[in-house]
Amino acid sequence: MAHLFKDEATEEKGERARMASFIGAMAIADLLKTTLGPKGMDKILQSTGRGRSISVTNDGATILKSLHIDNPAAKVLVDISKVQDDEVGDGTTSVVVLAGELLREAEKLVAMKIHPMTIISGFRMASECALNALLRKVIDNRDDAEKFKSDLMKIAMTTLSSKILSQDKEHFAKLAVDAVMRLKGSTNLESIQIIKKPGGSLTDSFLDEGFILDKKIGIGQPKRIENANILVANTAMDTDKVKIYGARVRVDSMARVAQIEGAEKEKMKEKVQKIIGHGINCFINRQLIYNFPEELFADAGILAIEHADFDGIERLALVTGGEIASTFDNPESVKLGHCKLIEEIMIGEDKLIHFSGVEMGQACTIVLRGASFHVLDEAERSLHDALCVLSQTVVDSRVLLGGGWPEMVMAKEVDELARKTPGKKAHAIEAFSKALQAIPTTIADNAGLDSAELISKLRAEHHKEGSTAGIDVITGAVGDMEKLGISEAFKVKQAVLLSATEAAEMILRVDEIITCAPRRREDRM
Amino acid sequence: MALAFDEYGRPFIIVRDQEQKTRLRGIDAQKAHISAGKAVARILRTSLGPKGMDKMLQSPDGDVTITNDGATILEQMDVDNQIAKLMVELSRSQDYEIGDGTTGVVVMAGALLEQAERLLERGVHPIRVAEGYEMASRISVEHLENIAQKFVFDATNIEPLVQTCMTTLSSKIVNRCKRPLAEIAVKAVVAVADLERRDVNLDLIKVEGKVGGKLEDTELINGIIVDKDMSHPQMPKQIRNAKIAILTCPFEPPKPKTKHKVDIDSVEKFQTLRLQEQKYFDDMVQKCKDVGATLVICQWGFDDEANHLLMHRNLPAVRWVGGVELELIAIATGGRIVPRFQELTAEKLGKAGLVREKSFGTTKERMLYIEECANSRAVTIFIRGGNKMMIEETKRSIHDALCVARNLIRNNSIVYGGGSAEIACSIAVEAAADRYPGVEQYAIRAFADALDSIPMALAENSGLQPIETLSAVKSQQIKENNSYFGIDCNDVGTNDMCKQNVFETLIGKQQQILLATQVVKMILKIDDIISPSDF
Repeated sequence: MAHLFKDEATEEKGERARMASFIGAMAIADLLKTTLGPKGMDKILQSTGRGRSISVTNDGATILKSLHIDNPAAKVLVDISKVQDDEVGDGTTSVVVLAGELLREAEKLVAMKIHPMTIISGFRMASECALNALLRKVIDNRDDAEKFKSDLMKIAMTTLSSKILSQDKEHFAKLAVDAVMRLKGSTNLESIQIIKKPGGSLTDSFLDEGFILDKKIGIGQPKRIENANILVANTAMDTDKVKIYGARVRVDSMARVAQIEGAEKEKMKEKVQKIIGHGINCFINRQLIYNFPEELFADAGILAIEHADFDGIERLALVTGGEIASTFDNPESVKLGHCKLIEEIMIGEDKLIHFSGVEMGQACTIVLRGASFHVLDEAERSLHDALCVLSQTVVDSRVLLGGGWPEMVMAKEVDELARKTPGKKAHAIEAFSKALQAIPTTIADNAGLDSAELISKLRAEHHKEGSTAGIDVITGAVGDMEKLGISEAFKVKQAVLLSATEAAEMILRVDEIITCAPRRREDRM
Repeated sequence: MALAFDEYGRPFIIVRDQEQKTRLRGIDAQKAHISAGKAVARILRTSLGPKGMDKMLQSPDGDVTITNDGATILEQMDVDNQIAKLMVELSRSQDYEIGDGTTGVVVMAGALLEQAERLLERGVHPIRVAEGYEMASRISVEHLENIAQKFVFDATNIEPLVQTCMTTLSSKIVNRCKRPLAEIAVKAVVAVADLERRDVNLDLIKVEGKVGGKLEDTELINGIIVDKDMSHPQMPKQIRNAKIAILTCPFEPPKPKTKHKVDIDSVEKFQTLRLQEQKYFDDMVQKCKDVGATLVICQWGFDDEANHLLMHRNLPAVRWVGGVELELIAIATGGRIVPRFQELTAEKLGKAGLVREKSFGTTKERMLYIEECANSRAVTIFIRGGNKMMIEETKRSIHDALCVARNLIRNNSIVYGGGSAEIACSIAVEAAADRYPGVEQYAIRAFADALDSIPMALAENSGLQPIETLSAVKSQQIKENNSYFGIDCNDVGTNDMCKQNVFETLIGKQQQILLATQVVKMILKIDDIISPSDF
């Protein structure tokens, strides 16, 4: 055969290609499988970068993001997990596990000589049927504020129960729900700030209604301001360079240098005067504030905070209701921010600046405390998941029960569909239902329970109309999910179902893998 | 290697040997080409038709593409063989010209090469084969014209167009929602089409994708989407009846291209310079404001100060908008792109009914929608989907569908799909062959056999018995003298493509046959390859 490709390129065909992608995808799914569910285990990730820093997590998206994967099919799974993270924030593990299970079932069917296209059309019918089954069972408590809040609480608890925060899940669920309720329906999580401070224990974490800026107050400036008028700025407070391109200072004597320096100082002073002229008592800048202007501010009794990061500035402007200013010539039209009280507070050993009584009620800050950075990082990820799910639920208030309940409901409907469908597709539909059941099975397995026994019991329970049974991992038996208060957001389940099916379909359709020769990189030593 | 040793015993080379080069001549060279061409066609063969499979391609940087679009597969395959590169070119030119049928053309060329190989083995001279192919292709192109049908539609009745686009989409992964996508594609094309001149400028249709949501959320927007947000976080997120200034000059101090310097050697100069600078920014913003703009779209960045001034004067602005998008915005809003602030006038502003910023998902990704434009001739297809690869593949599929719709507007002749056109041509060519005296007769017959390979591949990919199905359909066509019979890929139960509504454009089919024949002729004419071997 003629030599078609470049030297290091490889080509896999037909069965071999399919096998390579099945194996790759299943390997990824198996990797994540043990982290699923409330009793899922964590993974330690060590980076290859300098310092070999490690992180401990059981967040599917985080694990997959840090893996270096060569198998193209596995990359598809990594991609769907990432999208799940961006779109709904949670269910990143489930989506990969479900896709992996679908492929595992598909592999068996392919071995039975069923054409992948037939399997795909079966999967499509099944996923549509499963989605409809879920839609029929959703609970929507949008109109009942009290119930809706308890729904949110339940969802938060369910989400958090599989994370490091599970010990204090009630505490954190309350934090998350309070924070999200303050947003009043917007999904903009930017106004929820999370600050991590090592020390103390996780239960010491709290929600603060104001805004906390992790900065120090300049020396000699007031430590406490009531009824503050705040100017949020993004301007150079060092020497305020001349921006005209090509400008440079060219002098012939020391005296001239001194003169120009004087002029520069004068310019700065003018600028500071203008800023002070806004009638403010607090000035926050994104860029550095040099000693000289800082001193001037201190003289005027103004609190000046330098070097707030960009997010911080935006959030601060949002919170205090001011605008981000860069020029100061028209004090009357610049909108200033206001807050009732600015003070320096201590968390652990660090001093932070606390803004309370802010205009916009949306913003709040969650301060996380914990034993180590790893714990805090993981706590932040978990909390982020919970916040994402909650904010999405506020938009789409449909709720499902958790603990493997939705999977069993779908599996039952899909099974019925399989029985009604003539032709080879029925096998694929049946396989879909098996893959769905693999999720509760994995949850049970991870909790060290007898999954075969439990799942069969669960299936029997679900045969009754309107069952609310699911796996109660704590007692290790089939329990009533409604009574236990385990709920999940419909949006998460829907996204899991659709993207897992889509990914499985994509991988199944492939019958040839062509890997180009890797680009040679210069050895950077 | 001819080596000699000098007086110190060191070796040196006298003549560099010809072994460094490999050389193939005559029939061997032709066979090598044919086998390379066939190898490429074999890769694509399984992707043909509605039940065709996809290919997974990993680029040198490790990115994964999953597609069954012939042109894309070949493009990304990074082939090394010269003949294979010809095939890649072939598929690309079909893509540029027609936009669809990129797989078919390569499969066709592969089949022609395969037939040629047999003839060469029997001792037929390659040039005679090439000439025979040329005659045969002329016959089939003419025959296609005979069996083609005119196809009636207008701006109000787009149903036939939608049907045709659905045929194109049915072979892609998006076939789950081919109906809505086909409708979107057709509506987009009709919106920008110039029905008088029968021309469509596809540049006016922008295809934008964003990961997330589902495929069903894909929508057609009568306007432009820009993947940018307002330059200042506190600018208004929604503007009604916007007057848009489209600028290609930055809100920054001037940067002349010639080298210059401004020397500061006294305090006065320092201060005047400072004042000038301030005034400069102020002037820029004022100028925009004076002509009545309510939105500024700029190709370049803004200085912090300018940004604040804009915000301050209540003039929302968007920065770093790409050149292509800028042009589209200009077309859509009826504005002019202004390269200098001095040239900004009220007439040059674009107008849009609604400009809004929309955010997606949990991350802070925002996009700018410009809708209800003054000139609705520019539209955007906004694709949503589960993952990046899905979006990319959908983009390619939509592109194919757009091309098909455009071709139909240009020339409304159609032939029926499902391999029926190829079978009809094959019958016609076969019949014509007998009339030619000489060796070409064999080549023409071989061409007919090659035409059969497309319906064969279709049948094979659909899980049917290829030979059995093909012969059944062929006899049916001859018996009933009806060229609408093709391969029933979707197991609908009828072979009549007219009833199944499977169409393809006439020019697309003709182009396929012509291009494939040309390339094969070119390959057959090569009889010597000299290539430097690898060290």
